[in-house]
Amino acid sequence: MSAVADEFPELQKLGVEVLSISVDSVFVHKMWEDHELSKMVKGGIPYPMLSDQNGNVGRLYGVYNEDAGVQMRGRFIIDPDGVVQAYEVMTPPVGRNVAESRRQIQAFQLVRASKGTEATPAGWQPGRATLKPGPDLVGNVWKVWKVEDGK
Amino acid sequence: MPTPFKDGCERPSGTTLAPAAEETKIIEVEKKEAKQSMIKVGAPAPDFELPGYLNGQFSNYKLSEYKGKWVFVCFYPGDFTFV
Repeated sequence: MSAVADEFPELQKLGVEVLSISVDSVFVHKMWEDHELSKMVKGGIPYPMLSDQNGNVGRLYGVYNEDAGVQMRGRFIIDPDGVVQAYEVMTPPVGRNVAESRRQIQAFQLVRASKGTEATPAGWQPGRATLKPGPDLVGNVWKVWKVEDGK
Repeated sequence: MPTPFKDGCERPSGTTLAPAAEETKIIEVEKKEAKQSMIKVGAPAPDFELPGYLNGQFSNYKLSEYKGKWVFVCFYPGDFTFV
């Protein structure tokens, strides 16, 4: 959660709102913030920490672990129309790479701004060339994009 | 005897031990599967309203109120976990 908070200013620049969700009560969220997170994140956690105590929202999103009674590590990118553009779900011991989530959001924002006339190739980074899908691109991707471009 | 559990990233959780009748078990499994489904990319995100904590304030937050903005929703196993 502190890693997400660390990326928060960058996400904010992109106009992205963050919501975190666990089965803990809001009181436990407060204690965690007061006693630990505030020591890791200057100014404290800058986004709402939500409480899904009965796991109903987690079930809706397919990330609730019925046996353990907790949420798996799942993140969802939702666009301004309320449509899910991407998600990633992991078991608890491996932390996420928030910078990669941000890269994906930037790619989705670019595609949306282009009204679908541009697409981002594998390994695309902000500022790099995009692809313009259309009849002329069929069979010709090799001319405009190399595997090395995605590294 | 209480047995210490190992430190790890999974939040410690318990389980029921009383032997359950076979029939009840089957019904339970069916219910679980029916209740949970993975959402689809390209489909609307299911709306929800949850209590939350931010900057010393407790408030209710509704996903649909964020329409018009990009939203990054993160589920995680629990407060005070290590990753």
